[in-house]
Order: sequence, then structure tokens, then C-alpha cells
Amino acid sequence: MSAIEVSGLRKAYGKHTVLDGIDLHVAEGTVYSLLGPNGAGKTTTVEILTTLQAPDAGSVTVAGHDLATDPEGVRRSIGVTGQFSAVDNLLTGAENLQLMADLLHLGKRAGRERVAELLERFDLVDAAGRIATTYSGGMRRRLDLAMTLVGRPRIIFLDEPTTGLDPRSRHTMWQSVRDLVAAGTTIFLTTQYLDEADQLADRIAVLNGGVLVAEGTPAELKRLVPGGHVRLQFSDPARLEHAAVRFADGTRDDEALTLDVPGDGGVGTLRTLLDRLSHERVEPDGLSVHTPDLDDVFLALTAKSPTLYTKDGVR
Amino acid sequence: MTTTMIDSVTMFRRDLKHALRYPVMTISGIGTAVLFLLLFVGVFGNALGADFLPAGAGRYIDYVAPGVILMAAGTGTAATAIKINQDMLEGIIARLRTMSIARMSVLTGQVIGSLVRTLLSGILVVLVAVALGFRPSATPVEYLAAFGVFAMLTFALTWMAVAFGLATKTVAGANSLTLILQFLPLISSAFLPTDSMPAGVAWFAEHQPYTPIIETLRGLLMGSGIGDSAWWALAWCVVLAAGGFFWSRALYNRPRGA
Ligand SMILES: Nc1ncnc2c1ncn2[C@@H]1O[C@H](COP(=O)(O)OP(=O)(O)OP(=O)(O)O)[C@@H](O)[C@H]1O
Ligand SMILES: [Mg+2]
Repeated sequence: MSAIEVSGLRKAYGKHTVLDGIDLHVAEGTVYSLLGPNGAGKTTTVEILTTLQAPDAGSVTVAGHDLATDPEGVRRSIGVTGQFSAVDNLLTGAENLQLMADLLHLGKRAGRERVAELLERFDLVDAAGRIATTYSGGMRRRLDLAMTLVGRPRIIFLDEPTTGLDPRSRHTMWQSVRDLVAAGTTIFLTTQYLDEADQLADRIAVLNGGVLVAEGTPAELKRLVPGGHVRLQFSDPARLEHAAVRFADGTRDDEALTLDVPGDGGVGTLRTLLDRLSHERVEPDGLSVHTPDLDDVFLALTAKSPTLYTKDGVR
Repeated sequence: MTTTMIDSVTMFRRDLKHALRYPVMTISGIGTAVLFLLLFVGVFGNALGADFLPAGAGRYIDYVAPGVILMAAGTGTAATAIKINQDMLEGIIARLRTMSIARMSVLTGQVIGSLVRTLLSGILVVLVAVALGFRPSATPVEYLAAFGVFAMLTFALTWMAVAFGLATKTVAGANSLTLILQFLPLISSAFLPTDSMPAGVAWFAEHQPYTPIIETLRGLLMGSGIGDSAWWALAWCVVLAAGGFFWSRALYNRPRGA
């Protein structure tokens, strides 16, 4: 069964069309990542799927409940951690969790146990009795996620869960996501970080200009952009000229004094390249291997005029 | 108990914790009313009492205290609007709206909290007034009715304040809107009889909601005669409460930013 089913989703604010016909299919127990630049409509999508906003058109089913006819059923199945932490600043960490437990009617005992368990799991035991204003950004984010989990939702929406976190906190968050998925939870995650999607997602959709410009597994998306290359760095124009003549398939950059030679960066290709370099008496000062990653995909797909830009500059 | 009541009580307990941890807003609400009492009794009292009250109308403090007591219902609204606005800006309301809980319990919990706090403030203002020389002549039944009038007005103004909190985009905006509720009593029969005012102002004072409510309370506490004021008071409170409630509900269910 699919956890989230979206077809023909549209949303406009006045004349400004944000979503112009989106189709999504998220399988149960998987991580689905929605990528997109600022203002692409990621939060709008999450807000529609979580019943906060009404779509202009399209059909949405979450956990088998039709969003239009059974929003309460949707709310019973989901947990949401919005883009900005929504914790009660005047309550302590423990009280914030207890508030969720009370509102979800977990019962006195079960509620208290759940709160203790989550404080433990998110490394908040020491801070449990302090009010949330004294928390660091990372702690707030952890508390925020813990609050989302109190009711053990089957489907969790995370809107940019690691924006603004330091590397350690990001990894902690990633581990939490992996643990949840291992326990059978479905995760719908938006992010601007390609490595995050690459690390976590089973499938990725790239949202740009109101439509999904790409959708697939991380590996499939990486295949969408031109392959990798080996960059040769030179110290003077004459040497670059000498090399460029012999490697006609390369792309030269006269200002940076570099020559990009196509190649996937595998050991075999590299050995051949090195042999050829010495054979042709080309003496670069340095050499670096560039494999395509999701950054290339992202930049290529979300650029104003696609394929013009890559991570390495204008090609 | 229905889930609506259980969830409202949960949210009320949260509000109570807030009030205990951050009492500044409650105190400033009480403070404003007490300040007006001191200002009009201590500073202007003698002059106003002698010049404007009809002869034999009694002491000025007995005239002015009921109006100032009702002002406490108005000054309490700032805290309500600010807190609702903060909950919205901090995303608490959005979070609760994605949860399967009694939908309006955030608002009803806040209303109960504000009601409790404002009623206590009102009692405090009464005590200060008595300390300053206020001597009501009410019977126990009249006291009870007076309490009812105060509670009714507080309930109505609180729902208006909730709507103000939801309708504004900043805390400062929410606070500013409630100034209307807080200072409307200045142009009413609270401090001076309306017939001592210029014609235009008098007309406004006679027809604005506070005047009949003040007249009702004054009648109950001082035996000054109520007439049809009680009906007007009731009508205004029902209109304000219903208006505030339905407006709040519409704003609460409205999508983000729309
Ligand atoms: N209430 C609103 N009224 C008008 N325009 C809006 C409203 N909410 C969002 N928008 C616009 O819709 C577009 C999408 O916004 P959204 O917040 O969904 O983007 P996002 O992908 O989440 O961006 P970010 O990465 O910055 O969080 C933006 O251009 C935004 O300005
Ligand atoms: Mg966003």
C-alpha cells in the first residue's frame, strides 16, 4: 500500500502559481525526499498534505484517508515537524512532551513513560527540567521531533529538519530518521541539502517552477546529468595550450588554467589517462577527479536555463 | 467529559503555567486598572466630584469605582491577544492543527485561563477600591449579580481579544488592537455622567457598550437605578461574545497566511 498518493496537485497564491500539477507516490516504510530551491513550494506541499492548507485542485490520499473528505483521519495518522521549531518556550522540555501526551490522551502512566522514553532517546534527559528558551538550536530541533513522535504516527513529515544544525546534530537527526524507518515509519522529508537526500531518501523528487523536474532513486537522478571529469590544473597558458591540442575532447578554461577531460574517475580510466599524459608529455601541476553528485543534478535541474550551470561553474 | 472539555482543560493548565512563570502581563493588566483608580480618585477626584456630580449624588469614589472595576476586564485583554498571537507566530497553533485533537481547544483553553485571571484581577481591583474608601451598598444577591456582570463582560471581551490575536501579524499589532477595549471606558459614564459631556461625545458615550454595563454594575453595587441598562448590557455582551467567537473560529480555520 502507498502511504501518500498525490495527483494533479495545484496551488496558487493569487496570480502566483506555486504548485502547477504535482504527482507523488510514496511507498509505505520508505523515505521520500522533496528537494527544491528557496520558494519552490516545499513547505506549501507539506502544509497541504498535513491539512494546514487547502489545495486548489488535485487529489491527495494520506494513509488511505482522502484529504478532502477525511482530514481528521489524515491527522490521526501523521506527525509533523514544521520548518520552524514549534515548541512552547515557557514550558520545560518534559512539559512540552507531556502536553502532547495529554492532548493525544495517552493516559497518565503510558504518557509519562512515553515522555521519559523520548527524553532518553533524544538526549534531553539533563535538559528535561529547563524551559525551552534556554535550549540551543539543535536541542530545540530534537525536542520538536520528539514532540512529533509522542503519538507514534505512521507517517512523519519533516520540513527541512536539519537546516541550521551543526554536523554532529545533523548526523543525530539522520540517525533518528533511519531508526524510524527501520521501525516501519514512512518519512516525507524536504531539504535543500543534496547529501541529506542522498543519505536518507529511497526516492527523491526535485521541485522547481511549480512542477517536478525529476523523480527517482538517488542513483537514477545522478545519471541524469553529464558524467564526471578529471580536471587538470596548469601553471601557465603555454602548458595548457600544449595539453589542449592533445586532448581535443577536453574543456579548457583559460582563466583558471584548467582542462576538464571527460572520465568517470574509475581506477582503470585514471590509469589510462595517466599513461596518455606521460606519453603526450603533458605535465599538469595538479589533478582532481570530479564525479557527478546530486549537487550537479540539483543545479542543472533547477537552473533558470538548465544544463548551463554545474557545481564547477559555466560549462 | 467530552474530548473538547478534556483538551481545553489541558490547554488551560498550560496557560496557568505560563501565567505563573511569566506573570508580567497579568500584573500589568491589574496595574493599569489600579492606576486609573488612583488617578481619578486621588488626583482628579475632588475636582471632578464637586464640579460634575449632581448635588447629593454621593461621594466620587462610589461613583467611579464600578467603572474602573470593569476596566480591569478590558485591560486583561492585552495578555489574551498577545498570547494567542505568540502561539500563532511560534507555530504552536499550526502544530496543534495537524494533530487529531479537539480543534478549538487551544482557544477555549486560553479563554478559560484569561477568564480565571481577569476575574481574580477584578476582585483585586475591588479590594483596592475598598481600601481607598469605596463603600458599596449591595445585598449578597446584588454582589452575585455584579460578579455575573463582570464575568459576562470578561467572557465577551476575551473572545474579541482572541480574534484580535489571530487577526494580527505581530505581537505589537495584537496589543495595539486591544487598546480599543482597554480605553473605551474613558469615553463612557465610568468617570463622569454623560450629560456633563459635549453633545457629540455624550451621544457616543451613551451608545457605546461600556456605558450600560457600567450603569448596571453601579446600580447593583450602589443602588443608583438600572432601568433598561441591564438589557443593553446583556445584548452587548452576547453580541461581542458571539462576534468574537465566530470571528476567531473563522480565523483559526483559515489556512496559513491567507
Ligand atoms: N500565504 C502566502 N501568500 C502568498 N504567497 C505565499 C504564501 N505562502 C507562500 N507563498 C509563496 O509561495 C512560494 C512557495 O513558498 P514555500 O514556503 O512553499 O517555499 P519553500 O520551498 O518551502 O521555500 P524555503 O526553502 O525557503 O522554505 C514562495 O514564492 C512564497 O513566497
Ligand atoms: Mg519551506
